[in-house]
Amino acid sequence: MKTQSETNIIKTERTGPVLFSTYKRGEGIKKAVKQKREDILFELKDSGLKGRGGAGFPTSTKWMLTAAAKADKKFIVCNADEGEPGTFKDRVLLMEYPALVFEGMVIGGYTVGAKVGIVYLRAEYEYMLEQLENYLSNMREDNLLGEGILGTDFSFDISIRLGSGAYVCGEETALIESLEGNRGEPRNRPPFPVNTGYMGYPTSVNNVETLAAVPHIITKGGSWFKKHGTDKSTGSKLFSVSGDCENPGVYELPWGITIKELLEIVGAKNTKAVQVGGASGVCIPKTQFDRKLGYEDVPTGGSIIVFNESRDMLHVLKNFMEFFVEESCGQCTPCRIGNVKLLEGINMIERGDFTFKYINTLKELGKTMQVASKCGLGQSSPNSFISILENFKDEIFHTSGNNGLNGKAGK
Amino acid sequence: MKEKSRTPMSQQPLTIEKPALEDGIGSKVTVEINEKKVQVFFGQTILQACKENQIHVPTLCHHPDLCIAGTCRVCVVEVEGMRTLQTACSFPITAPIKIKTSSTMVRKARRHIIDLLLSEHYGECYSCVRNNNCELQSLAKEYGVDSYTFGHVDKPVFEMDLSSYSVVRDMNKCVNCRRCVRTCIDLQEVGVLEAIDRGDKTHIGTFLEKPLADVVCINCGQCINRCPTGALKANDPSDEIWNAIDDPTKHVVIQTAPSPRAAIGEVFGLEPGKSFTGEMNTALRRIGFDVVFDTNFTADLTIIEEGTELILRLYKALVKKEQVAIPQFTSCSPGWVKYLEHFYPEYIDNLSSAKSPQQMFGALIKTFYAQKKGIDPKDIVSVAVMPCAAKKFECNRPEMADSGFKDVDYGLTTRELGQMIKEAGIYLPEMPHSHFDDPFGDASGAGLIFGATGGVMEAALRTVIELVTGKKVEDIFANADIIPLRGFEGIKYAELPITEVGPVPKILQHLVPDWNWLKGATLKVAVAHGTANAKKIMEDIKAGGKFSECHFIEFMACPGGCLGGGGQPIPTSEEVRKMRAKAIYDEDNSLPLRKSHENRHITDIYNEFLTDGPCGHISHKLLHTHYVKRGKYIA
Repeated sequence: MKTQSETNIIKTERTGPVLFSTYKRGEGIKKAVKQKREDILFELKDSGLKGRGGAGFPTSTKWMLTAAAKADKKFIVCNADEGEPGTFKDRVLLMEYPALVFEGMVIGGYTVGAKVGIVYLRAEYEYMLEQLENYLSNMREDNLLGEGILGTDFSFDISIRLGSGAYVCGEETALIESLEGNRGEPRNRPPFPVNTGYMGYPTSVNNVETLAAVPHIITKGGSWFKKHGTDKSTGSKLFSVSGDCENPGVYELPWGITIKELLEIVGAKNTKAVQVGGASGVCIPKTQFDRKLGYEDVPTGGSIIVFNESRDMLHVLKNFMEFFVEESCGQCTPCRIGNVKLLEGINMIERGDFTFKYINTLKELGKTMQVASKCGLGQSSPNSFISILENFKDEIFHTSGNNGLNGKAGK
Repeated sequence: MKEKSRTPMSQQPLTIEKPALEDGIGSKVTVEINEKKVQVFFGQTILQACKENQIHVPTLCHHPDLCIAGTCRVCVVEVEGMRTLQTACSFPITAPIKIKTSSTMVRKARRHIIDLLLSEHYGECYSCVRNNNCELQSLAKEYGVDSYTFGHVDKPVFEMDLSSYSVVRDMNKCVNCRRCVRTCIDLQEVGVLEAIDRGDKTHIGTFLEKPLADVVCINCGQCINRCPTGALKANDPSDEIWNAIDDPTKHVVIQTAPSPRAAIGEVFGLEPGKSFTGEMNTALRRIGFDVVFDTNFTADLTIIEEGTELILRLYKALVKKEQVAIPQFTSCSPGWVKYLEHFYPEYIDNLSSAKSPQQMFGALIKTFYAQKKGIDPKDIVSVAVMPCAAKKFECNRPEMADSGFKDVDYGLTTRELGQMIKEAGIYLPEMPHSHFDDPFGDASGAGLIFGATGGVMEAALRTVIELVTGKKVEDIFANADIIPLRGFEGIKYAELPITEVGPVPKILQHLVPDWNWLKGATLKVAVAHGTANAKKIMEDIKAGGKFSECHFIEFMACPGGCLGGGGQPIPTSEEVRKMRAKAIYDEDNSLPLRKSHENRHITDIYNEFLTDGPCGHISHKLLHTHYVKRGKYIA
C-alpha cells in the first residue's frame, strides 16, 4: 500500500501546458469547497473554458444555467462516450488522469448544486471499468467523494454507466435518453438539459476533457489558463492524431496552432489532406494548411486524421458516409434518408454514372440537412460530403475518368 | 424521481404551465411572425401561435392527440438568431423571437424533406386505401412535387402483415413518423409498436418482429386512425360481403352500431356532427342488404342482461355473503376485453359475462330471427357495421359461435361501409329516410348513447334507477340526461345513494325477493375511455384505492368511446370526437324512447324466446360468454 504522499502527485510520461501539467490529487476539490459557488463560476468565466466535445459551448454558462435552474435535484454527467472516428484522447484522460476528470465532476456538482454525478462510458471502454471503480473507491476513502466531502456539508457521489455502442449517444440529449433506459435518440431542444435533463431534472453534460480542465483552473486560476491558446480559444486542446504520420498519438497543444505546425510535430509527410473533427468534421486540403485550429477558424473535438498523397479521397468520403448511414438514430427525416442519398451519390460517382446536376442537388440537400436535422449528427454529417467534393473536385471528377459525360444518373 | 412514463422523454410533451392570470406579467410574449407582431402565451409552441394567427405551417409527424415528436422536420421555420431551422411543433416560445414560416430557406428545406419521404414511400396513390385522404399526398401537392428528385420505391420491399383480423400493416408505405408508436405507447399505453434498429434500417416493428396477431395488440385500431399514409389499415372484408350480396341463396343481414351513423357523413366530405341514421338505412337496402337491424336493440338487451348480472353479483355479495368479483367491468369493447386479458388476466372474473351488443345480435339473428322467418341459419350472412377495428377480431373469437354457426360473419368499419356506398353510386346525404326492420325495430336512445364514453353507464343507470327505486330518472336527473357521466374527461366517477326502494319488477322477480337490502346503499360507478385511463383505474384497484370500492365500471378501449373507434373516418381529433358525441346525444334527445327497459321489443323477446328471463338458461347459452387469460408472455 502506497502512502498518501506517493499517490498524490500524478506521474506519467506525458507533458503539456495545461492538462498534462503537474497536479496534486485532491487539490482542486480542497480549494473549491472553501470557495463560494459564484467565485468558481467567475473563475471559470474568466478562464474562457469552452466545451471540448466539439460544440464549444462556454462551460461557465452551462454551469450557471444549471445552477440557476430551480429543482430539488440536479445532475452532472460526464460524457465519456468518445465515439467520433479518430478520437481517443478521453481514453488517455480516464486511464492516466482520472483524478482530473472525477474532481472536475465533484467541483461541478458543488458549483451547480448536484449531489449525483454519472459517467456515461462508451461500451468499448468497458475494460476501464474496474480501474475507474477502484479509483472512485479510493476517492471515497479519502473523503473526496461521498457524504460530507472534506468535512464540509457538501455530499457528492459518482456512478459509472456503460453505453451500448451507439455513436449518437455522444449527443447529450441522446445520452440522457440512454441513461434513462430508453432508445438512444436525441430530444427536441429547447428545453435544454440544463433545465430538463436526466429524469427531467437540470443536468449539465460535460465532455471528459472539459471536466479535466476544471481542477487546473481552480488551483491555478483562470488567468493562468487563458495565457495558453488564443483570445477566443483559451487553454490547450488534446488532439488525437492518426493516419499517415510517423508519430500518431495524443498531443496536448495550445489552441491556435496551425495545421501545418501540427503536421510537423507528428511527423507527417506528403500530406494531401487533414480531416479535422472526425467523420463529422471538415476535410482541409493542402492549400489551407495555414489555417488555425480553434473555435474562430477550424473548431474540433480533437480528432485529426492525416491523409497522404496515396489516399483516394472519394474512398475516404465513402467510408465516412457509410458510417453515418449506419449510425444515424433513424429518427428525423433529413438524417435518416438524407445520408443514404448522399452515399448513393458517392456510389454513382464511383461508377461514373452520374450528372453534375444531381450531385449539385445532393450538395443542396446536404445544406438542408445541416439546418433541418434534429441533432448535431445530421447537422454535421454532410460536412465531409460538401467539403471533400468541393476541395477535391479535380481529383474526384477529372483524374479518375469520372467526368460525368457518360453518366445517365439523376433520375 | 418524477413520475416515470413509458414514453421516451424525447416524445413527451413540454410541460410549461400557462400562467394563472392571463394579464399577469410575463404571461404573454410579443413575437414577430412573418414580420407581423402578435401576442402569444408564454410557452406556446410556434405551431400553436401560427395556428391562432391563421398562418399555415405544414406538419406530418404532429397529431393533436399525441405528444410532440419533432421527427419528420416538415414544420421547420426560421427563428432569427438561430443557426439551424427549428421545428414549429416542438419549439416553445419563451422570448420575443422573430419567426419566418415560409422563407426561401424554409421552403427549400421542406421540399427536400418531402422529396426524401417520397423516396422511401412505396405507393401508387390510385391503388391505395388512403387515396385523397393521405397526408403525404397532400404535402406533395402543397409543395408542388412534380418529380421524384431522390428516386422512388417502385417495388414493395416488406411483406405485408396480414395476420391480424383487425389491423393490416404495410411497412412499404411507412414514412417513420412514429405516430402509431406514440399512439400505442403513449395514448393507449399498450406498447406493441416501437422503432427498431437504427440508421437506414430504422423501421417500426413489434416484439421480436412477430406478426401482429401474435403480440399483445388489442386491435383497437387507434394507430390506423393516426397513420398519415396507408401503412396501417383495417382488414377489409367488403369483397366477401359483395359476393354474399350477389349470391341469391344468401340472406344478408346487417346490424348497424350507433357510432357509424354519427360519423359516416365525414366519409362523404361533410363536417362532423350530424347523424345519418335514416339515410344509411335506405342506402344499405339499395346496396342489397336484405334486412337492416339496429345494434341499439341488443344494446338495450345488454343493459338488461348486464344490469341483471350486476344485481345478482351485489345480491350474492351483500345478502348471501358469497365471494364474487366486484366491481363488475363492462364487456362491450372488444379492445378493452383483450387489453384486460393480456395485462390484467387476474381480473377476468370482474368482466361481465354478457356479450357485446354485436355478438348478442349475431347469436339472435341465427336463432330467434332465423326461426321466426323460417330461414336456414346456414344461409344467413350476418354483417355488423361498427366504428371499430377490434370487432373484426371479436366476431372471429372461437367462442362466438353459440348459435351453432359463426354468430357474426363480418365486422365492417364505418370507412369500409362508406366506400361500399360510394361504389354503389349512392350519395348518402341525399338518401330518403327509412326505419330499421322488424322484429327488432327502432331501439331506445339508451342503446344509442353506447357510442359515447359514459353512455353505457348512463343507459344502465336510467334503467337501474327506475327498476330499483320505482321512481322516474327524470325526478333525479333533468330530462334523464346524466350529465356527470358525459364529456371527455379521462376518468369519471359518480355516486348514487339509494334512499328508497320500490317493488321488484316482474322481469326480475324470479331472482330477488325485494330491494330492501339495497336501501341506504350508495351505488359507486366509474367510467374510463382509452386504455391509458383504464390502466390508471386498474392500477388503483390493484392498490386497493377508491376504484376498488366501485360496483360497476365502464371501460372503452378508444379515446372518446366507440365514436372515436379505430374504424371511424380519418382524421380524428378531440374536436371531431366532440362533434360526433353531440350528434349522438342530439339524436338520443330527439327519440321518444330513451330507456332500455321501456323498449317493447325487449319485453317481446323475453316473452317469446328468452323465456326464462334475464341471465336465465337460454340467455346464458346465447348471450353470455367467457374469456381467455392471455397474459403478456407470448410463446
